[in-house]
Amino acid sequence: MAEVRFGKAINLALADALEQDPAVFLFGEDIADVGGPFGATRGLKDRFGDRVRDTPISEASMANAAVGAALSGLKPVLEIMFMDFMTLTMDALVNQAAKVRYMFGGQASVPMVVRTPHGGGISAGPQHSQCLEAWFAHVPGLKVICPSNPADAYGLLRAAIADPDPVVFVENKALYAMKGELAEGAGPESIGKARTVRAGRDATVVAYGAAVHTAERAAGQLAEQGLEVEVLDLRSIQPWDEAAVMESLARTHRLLIVHEAVEAFGVGAEIAARIGEIGFDELDAPIMRIASPFVPVPFAPSLEKAYQPDAEAVIAAVRKLCA
Amino acid sequence: MTTRKTAELLELYERMYLIRQVELRLGRLFADGEVPGFIHLSIGQEAIATGVASVLRADDSVASTHRGHGHALAKGVDVERFFLELMAKEEGMCKGRGGSMHVADLSIGMLGANAIVGASIPIALGSALAHQVRGTDALAVAFFGDGAMAEGTLHESLNMAALWQLPLVFVCENNGWAEFSPTSRQFVASLDKLAGAFGIPYARADGRDVQAVAKASERAVAAVRAGKGPRVLEFTTHRFRGHYEGDPQKYRDADELSGLGEHDPLSLLEPRLAKAGVADAQLQSLHEAVDARVDAAVERARKGSAPDFEAGRADVYTQTGAA
Repeated sequence: MAEVRFGKAINLALADALEQDPAVFLFGEDIADVGGPFGATRGLKDRFGDRVRDTPISEASMANAAVGAALSGLKPVLEIMFMDFMTLTMDALVNQAAKVRYMFGGQASVPMVVRTPHGGGISAGPQHSQCLEAWFAHVPGLKVICPSNPADAYGLLRAAIADPDPVVFVENKALYAMKGELAEGAGPESIGKARTVRAGRDATVVAYGAAVHTAERAAGQLAEQGLEVEVLDLRSIQPWDEAAVMESLARTHRLLIVHEAVEAFGVGAEIAARIGEIGFDELDAPIMRIASPFVPVPFAPSLEKAYQPDAEAVIAAVRKLCA
Repeated sequence: MTTRKTAELLELYERMYLIRQVELRLGRLFADGEVPGFIHLSIGQEAIATGVASVLRADDSVASTHRGHGHALAKGVDVERFFLELMAKEEGMCKGRGGSMHVADLSIGMLGANAIVGASIPIALGSALAHQVRGTDALAVAFFGDGAMAEGTLHESLNMAALWQLPLVFVCENNGWAEFSPTSRQFVASLDKLAGAFGIPYARADGRDVQAVAKASERAVAAVRAGKGPRVLEFTTHRFRGHYEGDPQKYRDADELSGLGEHDPLSLLEPRLAKAGVADAQLQSLHEAVDARVDAAVERARKGSAPDFEAGRADVYTQTGAA
C-alpha cells in the first residue's frame, strides 16, 4: 500500500495503461508539455513521447477524432479541461461514439475515454464548475464513471481505458489533492459496482464523487445523534448498481440520494424513480434528494457556499426521513 | 484486344454505372415504399467517389456524408447487404438499424455515411491520426460537401491535420447546393484560400470527369502516403436530384434542372471508351451484367427478414461476458 493523491492516482493509471497497451493514446489541451491544468498528465510526455499530445483548442473535432481513432485501432483517452467544455463535444459523444456499435449492427466498438473535471467550490464561476454527468448518462451507448477516492480513480480509470465502449470519466476538482491508499499492483476495477463506505441500519444515502464525502461527514455527525446511516458510493453512474441500492434499502427502508449536480432531471431523479417502481414495498418514507438548486453555479464564495449541498442539508434530510 | 489502360477505364465506368443503377433503383424503391426513411442520392456525382476510391488501398479509411451511397459502393461494400440495409432487413450491413445515412463496413475501412454535416471530417482526422500513431502508411479520406464548408469542424480539422501532418485527404464534393440553398448564399470564403491559409496543398478538378478525379487523387494520395502531410481536393459536380428523394426542388430554376444531363459523368466517359476501342456490344454486356447484379441484390433484399428489436439491445454496449 502506498498513500497517493487522487490526481497522482489518475496519472499512475494513465502511465500504466500507456505502458501495457501500445494502442493507448492521450491527447487534450495542454496535457503534454504542461501536464494539464490539474497536473494529472504531468511527466507522461517525457515517458511516452508522441503518444501524449497537446491539441489546439478544438474540442468538437478532438472528440470526433477520438471516435475516428478508436475505429482505426487506437484506444484514445481525451482530456476535456472542464466539464463545461463537454458541451462542445456533444456531436461526437451523443451522435457518433454512443451510436456506432448499435447503428452499424454491432460491427465495431468505440474504445475511447473522455476524462473531464466537474464540480465547484473554487469560485470558477458558471462556465467552469458544472456537473453535467446526467446528460451523458441519458444517452444509450455511453458509460459514465465518477470516482470518489484515489484507489477508485486508479482502478476505474484503468477499467474505463480497457473497456470496449465509450466512457465519460468524471473527476471532481475538489478531490485532486485528496490523499488515499493505493494497493501495490492494483488493476482495473469492475464498472457498475457500488461500494458501501459506511454501514448503517437507519437510512441509505447514495452518493458519487465528492458528494460521498459530504454524506460521510453527515453520517459521522448523525451517528453522534444516534442515527446509523449507510453510505453507498455509486462509483459508476451509467450503469448504476441498482442491486446494491436495493440490497441496502431492504435493511434501512429509507433512501436519500446526494449529488453536487443540479437536482432537477438529475441522476438522483432517475434513481428515485426506479427505486420507487421496484422498491416501493421496502420504503418506510418518501425517497429524498439533496442536490444543487436549479440555478447556475455562482462565482462569489459566499454564493457558491449557499449553492453547494453540504453535510447540514444531508443531516436535515436524514432526520426528516427518520422522523 | 483490351489494353491495360482500357481495362482501367472500363473498371471506372463499371463502378460509376453500378452506383448509378443502384441509386436509380433506390429512387424507385423509395417511391414505391420499399425503402423507408430519407435517402439522399448522389446521381451525377459518381465520378468523384469512383475516381477517389480507385487510388485507395483496402487498409485506407473513408468517412462519408449523408450522401454516401457512392462512397460506400466505391470502397467496395457488398451490394446485397447494402440493399438489405436500405430495405430495413436483419441481414443488412447494419442489421437494419442504420439505413441509408449510416451505411458502413469497418472491415474495408468504410467508417460510415453520416447524418451530421461536417462530422465525417474530424472522424477521418482521427482515423488518420490512428494510421500515423500506429506507424502504417495507410491514409484516411474525408468526404464532405460544400455545405460542410461553413462547419467549424472543417476549420478545426484543417488546422489539426496541418499541425500534426496527418495522412489525410480532404475531398470536397462541391455540387453548389447546401441542402436547399446555393453555396453562394452560405459560404463567403473559398476552399483553395482556406487550404492555403493552413499551408495545405490544394487541387481542383472537374468532378464530372472520373479520369481527372482519379489523376488528382492519385497525386494527392501519393504525397500523403509519402508522409508529406494532408492534401485538399475540391471537385466541382452537379446534384441531379433533390436534397432528398421527394424534394420538390422549388428553389432551383427550370433551366438548371433541364440542363443537368450535360454534366453526366457516364455520358462524358462513353465516347472515350469508344475511342479506346470498346465496342457498343461490350458496353451493352457490361450494362446487362450490372443490371442483373442489382436486380439480384434487390430480389435477395426483398427476401430478407425483419430486424429483431430484442437482439439489437445487445449491441448498445459490447457484450464482454464479464458479470
